Amino acid sequence: MKISRLLKTIFMIDFATGLLIAIKEIFKSKKTINYPFEKGQVSPRARGEHALRRYPNGEERCIACKLCEAVCPAQAITIESSEREDGSRKTTRYDIDMLKCIYCGLCEESCPVDAIVQGPNFEFATETREELYYNKEKLLENGDRWENILAANIKADNPYR
Amino acid sequence: METLNLLFNEIYKILFLLIPVLVTVAMIVWLDRRVWALVQKRRGPNVVGPFGLLQSLADALKYIFKEIIIPASSNKVIFILAPIITMTLALVAWAVIPFSENLVLSDINVGILYLFAVSSLGVYGIIMGGWASNSKYPFLGAIRSAAQMVSYEVSIGVIIINVLLCVGSLNLTDIVLAQQNTWFVLPLFPMFVIFFISALAETNRPPFDLPEAEAELVAGYQTEYSGMMYAMFWLGEYANILLMCAMGSILFLGGWLSPFDIEILSFIPAPFWLIFKILFLFILFALVKAIVPRYRYDQLMKLGWKIFLPFSLIWVVLTAGYLLYFNLLPSQL
Repeated sequence: MKISRLLKTIFMIDFATGLLIAIKEIFKSKKTINYPFEKGQVSPRARGEHALRRYPNGEERCIACKLCEAVCPAQAITIESSEREDGSRKTTRYDIDMLKCIYCGLCEESCPVDAIVQGPNFEFATETREELYYNKEKLLENGDRWENILAANIKADNPYR
Repeated sequence: METLNLLFNEIYKILFLLIPVLVTVAMIVWLDRRVWALVQKRRGPNVVGPFGLLQSLADALKYIFKEIIIPASSNKVIFILAPIITMTLALVAWAVIPFSENLVLSDINVGILYLFAVSSLGVYGIIMGGWASNSKYPFLGAIRSAAQMVSYEVSIGVIIINVLLCVGSLNLTDIVLAQQNTWFVLPLFPMFVIFFISALAETNRPPFDLPEAEAELVAGYQTEYSGMMYAMFWLGEYANILLMCAMGSILFLGGWLSPFDIEILSFIPAPFWLIFKILFLFILFALVKAIVPRYRYDQLMKLGWKIFLPFSLIWVVLTAGYLLYFNLLPSQL
């Protein structure tokens, strides 16, 4: 037993086997993707960039209940509200500090009207910190841009909620 | 005027050698990363230029624009000198590499000795870098590196003696011409294997990359370097690897000679054969990097002093005895 081990070491059998395996692996299919040109699949439950949604008639969903502000563990959300002319309660300010946010998804879960949601977009890197202090306009714009996907995702995830 | 012309002529010759070598070094960094990625079923750098060939150029550009940080407590002169020495020595050695029978910058008759001496000096750049940084990780890395490079140089020296016994000349062109009938890989195959492994250790490549073992020493002697100075260390390292591959192909794989003496193969010009052989050896280097784990320090020393050195010494005796018994000793000796 020991002599065979010694012969194996001297003739570097294990090394040669390893080399052959390495050469074989080169011609196998790749397990990675060409990221910026090809993208992996994103789950409907993915917690990416935030968005504020609207009803189909264009009315904001948010009723300024401030549940998300209360539940936010990182205290990234700041909301101020007032009564609108027609008597409904609406936000005057809805800020999310994306640098504080830990993307836990509690705001989305706490929202009674599905207003604040986290979409599938994870590519919102910026060059300055200031660009990541999102305000209401930016969040509503996100909502408008991603509405189709957001609605589909919420529908797909609904049976499991 | 006459001397000036001569000077310019020499400078042109040097540039004609150095620029291709530097470009090849950049390409080889890409090749190394690509082979490594392919073995691990990744894609590797493939965005910059065709197949990502210009990746090294982009990296170099990045390094140029980065800030060079010199630690306050370092020995500044030596700190700056270290990468310059590493890179200069790695490039200086290329002067004696023969690309074909006539295509060699300086055809000196102790070429292999010069090559060996210059590649041994390479350890100075690393030691100086490690010491001048005045920091613990570079220092430990430099000590390891010095011990490692010195011990493997001994066995490389003995292996070179093996080849010289068969050639009878220290001139690199003569060494290649002596292999016209059979390359020295066939009769001296064990020596070739030991040379290859020693070359891995000599250039601090995995599995012998202890001086820069990132798990224990951050980045070894390169820890305090940044910007262009780091890039110079990096270039020097790869130029050294390329040099070792060139040395291996000249000593064992018949340099610029084509494998068989057939008309079709001699159609490819001689320098290309050398380049093919260097690339072949380099791909082996890259494959080894992908498949082996790092050696422990005591294992490394044991391998160098207790196995390679006695074995290559015994092989010298065997080669000399064989040549003497069959009266095959080269005439110049």
